[in-house]
Formats: sequence, C-alpha cells, structure tokens
Amino acid sequence: MNDPLNVVGRSVERSDGIGHVTGRTVFASDHVVPGMLHLKMVRSPLHHARIRGIDTSDAERVPGFVRALTAADVPHNRYTILGLIGVEPEEEFVLAEERVRFKGEAMVAIVAETEEAAYEAVAKVHLDLEELPAVFDVEEALKPGAPVVTHWGNNTFMYEGHPCRRVRLGDVEAAFARADHIVEGVYDTSPIEHAPTETTGCIAVPEANGRYTVYTNTQALYFSLDNTSIILQVPGNQLHFVGGTVGGGFGGKVDVIVEPIATLAAMKTNRPVRYVYSRAEEMQVSSTRSAWRIYLKDGVTADGHIIARKVTSYADSGAYSRQTPYALTKHAANAAGPYAIPNVSIDAYCVYTNRQPTSAMRGFGVTMASFALEVQMDKIAELVGLDPWTIRFLNAYHDGDMKPHRKLAEDATLIETMQAAAALVGHDLAPDLKAMTSAPRGRRGEESGRP
Amino acid sequence: MTKLRGTGIAAVNYPTGMNLGGDPSQALIHATTSGSFVVSLSATDLGQGLKTVIGQIAAETLGVEFTEIVVDTADTDTGPHDMGTFASRATHRVGNAVIAAALEARQALLEVASEELEAAVDELVFDGHCNLMVKGVPARSVKVADIAALAQFKYGRTIAGRGSFMKPKSTVDPETGAMDPDSTEAHACTVADVEVDTETGEVRVLSIRSAYEVGRQVNPALVQGQIAGGAWMGMSHALYETTAPYYPAPDHSPKDFSEYLMPGPLELPEIECVVLEMPSSNGPYGVKGIGEMTANSPIPAIVNAIYHATGVRIDSLPVTPEKILRGLDAKRATPS
Repeated sequence: MNDPLNVVGRSVERSDGIGHVTGRTVFASDHVVPGMLHLKMVRSPLHHARIRGIDTSDAERVPGFVRALTAADVPHNRYTILGLIGVEPEEEFVLAEERVRFKGEAMVAIVAETEEAAYEAVAKVHLDLEELPAVFDVEEALKPGAPVVTHWGNNTFMYEGHPCRRVRLGDVEAAFARADHIVEGVYDTSPIEHAPTETTGCIAVPEANGRYTVYTNTQALYFSLDNTSIILQVPGNQLHFVGGTVGGGFGGKVDVIVEPIATLAAMKTNRPVRYVYSRAEEMQVSSTRSAWRIYLKDGVTADGHIIARKVTSYADSGAYSRQTPYALTKHAANAAGPYAIPNVSIDAYCVYTNRQPTSAMRGFGVTMASFALEVQMDKIAELVGLDPWTIRFLNAYHDGDMKPHRKLAEDATLIETMQAAAALVGHDLAPDLKAMTSAPRGRRGEESGRP
Repeated sequence: MTKLRGTGIAAVNYPTGMNLGGDPSQALIHATTSGSFVVSLSATDLGQGLKTVIGQIAAETLGVEFTEIVVDTADTDTGPHDMGTFASRATHRVGNAVIAAALEARQALLEVASEELEAAVDELVFDGHCNLMVKGVPARSVKVADIAALAQFKYGRTIAGRGSFMKPKSTVDPETGAMDPDSTEAHACTVADVEVDTETGEVRVLSIRSAYEVGRQVNPALVQGQIAGGAWMGMSHALYETTAPYYPAPDHSPKDFSEYLMPGPLELPEIECVVLEMPSSNGPYGVKGIGEMTANSPIPAIVNAIYHATGVRIDSLPVTPEKILRGLDAKRATPS
C-alpha cells in the first residue's frame, strides 16, 4: 500500500529468526534446574472403564521413586478450561475419578529422581478396572441405548437448552419447495494432531519466597496461570508463569494439561518437577482436532443461485469437550460460507465419544466447514452447468448482506480475491465477473432482489 | 498406468479474533535511558513472528527505528494480561493494545521534548528515524535517545504508556443463532493442480496458487511464510494426516512421525501467492488476521482437483490412495 509509513509494511528480518534456525532459542523444556524431578503419567489402557482400585505399592519400591499423586491429592480436581469465560459444566478430572472415558486418560502421576525411574514406577502401578462398553461414532453416540460418556445422561453438549448450536434465517423448507434442484452431500473428516515440533510440557520450580515459577510452552500464559490457580486452590500471586516462546502451537497448547499437575507435584515434594510429553503422548493423549461429519442440503435455482442451505454437523468431541463447544459456535457462524443465502438452518452438535479428547486447532470449526462447502459448490456448479468460478461469483456475499447469524457483512472482499486468483493463474474471467465488486448491492446496479 | 491431471478451486472467508469477543490484550511500554523502548506483553510468539510485527507496530507509532524496540513476550510478573495467541487474534488485538500504549508513551516523550526545545507539543514532529524536531525547523532537532535520557536524569519523568484492546463480550441467541462472531474477515481463493496415478492412487500436488486479502500486511515476508506453511498444512490434511486411520475405529493410532504421515520436502508443490490489502476498519493500521486460515482453502481445492482429474468424488478426509483406487473401481463398474 502506498502511504507514508516507515516500518509497518516492510519485511524487516524477524527478530528471533537466527535463534530459531541455529538452535540457540531457549524453549520451556530447555531450562535446567538443579534437583529436578521427573513426572510421568499412569494412563488408562481402556477406552471406557470403572475404576475399582489403584495400587501403587510396587511402584513405591522402585529406586528413585519420590511420590505418587492420585485424584485425592488434587485440591479442585476438575479441569474446565472455559470455566474462565463462563462455559459449563465441569466434566473433566485432572486425575481420573470413578471412571476413565478414553484410552490414555491420566490416572496417577509418578514423580521420580530420573525419567527412567519414573517410567519403571509407572509400569508397576496396578490398575483394577472394569471395562465398560464404549462408543466411537458421533451418530452411534446419539442413538438411544448408546453407552453414556458424560455424567449428565446424554452425549451432547447443551447450548442454553438445545442439544446443538442453532442458526436460523428465513424459511429453509419453503425455499427447498420452490428450488429447481436439491443438492445433498455428506462430508467426513478425520481427527488429526497438531504435531508441533516441540511437545507440550513445563517445569514447575518452588522458589525461596514461597512462590512457584512455571516455565511453560502454553499459547496463553494467563489462561494457564488462572486455571492452575483454580485447580490447586492457591492465589494467583503464588504463581509466576514464564514462557512466550513456543515451538509450534496450532491450538494444541491452549489446553492447560501439564501445568497444574506439575505445579502440584512441586508443592508436594518441594522440588522442581519436569513434565514434558513424549511424542507418543503428544500423538495419542493430547487433544486432537475433532473429526466432523457434515450433512449439507442446498436448494438451488436453475440459474445457479443457492436459495436455501441446511447444515447438520456433528463434531466428535471425544471423551471431554475442552474448547470444542466454542468451536461449534464458530462453526455455526461460518457454516453457510462466504455466500449470500437468504434461507439458512444450521444445527451443530458437540458429541461425546470414548475417544481422545479434542480441543482448539487452527481453523477452529471453520476448516472443516470450508472443506464441505467448497466441494459442495463444485457439485452445484456441475449440476446447473456452470464452471467453478462462476458459481462462486454468482453467490458471493457483498458488504451489507445479511449473514445467517444476522450481522451485516462488512470487509467482504471475496469477489476481489477470486479475481486476483484468476489473474494469478491466467484464468480469463468473463467480463461481467471481472467487473463485479463486493460493494453493497444496488449501488452498482447489480442484482439486488435475490430469488 | 495413467497419470491424470486436474485443477480445483476453493474460496473462503475467515473471521479475526475470538468469535464472541471478551478477549482482552494489554501492553505496557517504557523507555530506557538510551532511548530504546521495551514492550512488555504476556502474549506468546508461536513461531509465527508476533514479536517482530509487534516491534514494527510499536516503532511505527512511537516514530523510532524498529531496532530500538525490545519486545518481551515472556512473563506474567512483568507482562500485563493477554487472553492468548489463538483465533487469528494476536496481531489484531495486541497490535491495537500496543498502539494505545505507544501513543501514551509518545505523548510523555513529546512533553519532555516540549520543555527541552521550548516549543509547543503540537509543533513537534518525529522523522521516523529516532529524531524529534520543531515542525519546519530542522535545525531545532533532538534525538529521541537524548530526550529519554533527559527525562530520567534532568526532569525525573517516566516515558511510559499503557494500552488495552478488547472487543466486548457478546452472546448468542440460542433460538436464531444471532451473534457477532468476528472483528473483521480475511479472504482467500486457492487454485490447486494435481496429478493422480490411477495405478497406485497416489496424488502428486503440482502447485498451490492462492490470492489472499488480509487487510494491511505488517511484514509481507511473514505473511508469505504463513501462506506457504498453511498451504503445506492444508495439503497434509487433505491427503495424509489422521490419528484414526480407520475412523471411527480407534485402532492403529500413530505414535510418532514414522506412522503419522505428512508430506516431506520431496512432496512439496510449487507454492505461489498474491496478496491484496484492503484495510479493516478496526485492526492496527488496517490489519486482519491471517494466522489460521491459510490451511483452509488448499484442502477443498485439492479435493476438487482430484475430481477434475479422475471423475471420482471423495467426500472424506484424508483422501488416501486406497479411497481413490476404490473410487476408480466403482466408477469402472458403473456404466456411464
């Protein structure tokens, strides 16, 4: 852009680049503290089970064993990350109580002098578990008689009395009735890992002044501090979180999983405690992106206008919902896509299964909507005999259009962006598409009355 | 064996910021004796370059060189509250907070300079290179560093500023879904070219070419880095990644990078982009968030390109060679 700015808009060399590429940047787990202990977790070997007993007596005889922590040791044994912004209910335990709901759920923390001793003691904790039926598919989980994952009796997160996040604009059924075509599709996506270079971890250090310094790679220092303060029932001023340099997050390090238990271990032992996920824990235990199943039903006119869109989405939250309920709301806000559709109905369900829990990930409820919608757009184009560019220009939203969530569009530039992409790849757009802008309808005499 | 080529497109929007707001970011700035400025944050840099762009925004607003800014993103004892680095919010939210803090610090600096130069505050201008002067009188110029030192040792003043930015928290109407889910919207359109091997089902992505509209670019090289990284990640989602290869069955979950597949350097396609800048009304210098969205449009663009190449529609991710071969078999079995 041509305006008189000095440094904004210039590609100055990134201030931490040399450190990153030469390996000199200090990350959380690079801190070395004298007398540091190592924490490793005993995890559920079953997808769903009742806990009948935990026996740590053999583990305690391993040379180097220092301390075992179970649910009874955690002052407020509930992990409700979005409790800070008022999201309920409390559903997850820091260390398992009564039941385990996914394979890999944290049950007993072992603190030892070395990593080897900690692993050996973990292997010697005896678990008495009664296996329960498990459910892994979002639609199976909603059927009557399905195994119940939650403690409130059904497998959906409740949104102010509804089992799904709803969006309603216009009259979808009436528009389907007068549409020339109905286009339906079902889209599935797999759960995936954030796969950061640096695995999730922290080091909690008791200080001489009675405070605890926690070196962490969280994406959100205060989110982690405040949640740790609640779980450990200690005032925030006893906690000092240090981080700010993270080796890849992608949403996975917005969870607050390692800091509370490492800090508790430091309190109980009065020693520094290191708790850093192995790669296998990062892959198999840390939150993933939810799997999604998205049903789309579109009513389309013969000339390619989408006049109605019905979306029914299921996010596989796994055993605990963490940040996923919020992702469903973001999904619902974006599930009709960057298009002007006058009749929209969206039901977005956050469904519990006995799978590794899910949470935030890059694109938070939108990435998978974009996949479904943009494949669907090509199907519509083919059906009505338009090319993939034209169908998108024809339906693109403009500034001032009413979105399904009833906020008027502003900063709409889809049309200009598509024109730039066409120019980049040498695709010659028809003159009427080249002449379009995202300006409010009517101002340029474009079609204003939508079917 | 046949290798079939196809092209696919996808167009997307992406909202900036936590969708319902209520996500504050705060910043503090103070001058050192040598005229450098320390920006204290509790926001984190995930490797995307937040420290760099925040340094640029602070330098721009203060009117000093980028090299005079130290950004500390480290510590809950020294950095004021920040909601966190996620939701494509950091440059937008923290940038706005830093502008507010920088304006307050700048005012403090100008007041000291005003006394020292015996000129009214509104007569003073920055040259963007660490000098202050009386408007139209270059001879009456003074270094920012000298004013910073004088503030400490002659006038006993602080040169400091506080800044906060928060979009107020809103709610969702549970019946209609009426809500305010964004601060601004960025846009992308991706064109993917692929080659599908009909014998093995393997997909080679030949190119991912995109246009992005991201408001103001604070640092174009870092924007390009996001676009290239996101193109790779989107390609990886489209074709490779899964923690449950036989979803919904939970078995065979990978435990390391030899089992969790991602494209390596040899699989990397040609990645090209063009960036449009149409400033937002509420971002720092017109910024919109580009952090998350760059992985989005490549996914459907690649899946659409596979259909264009083969005539096989695959509606489930990842699109593995097995799914393509089964699709080709089904297509052969169905007389068209």
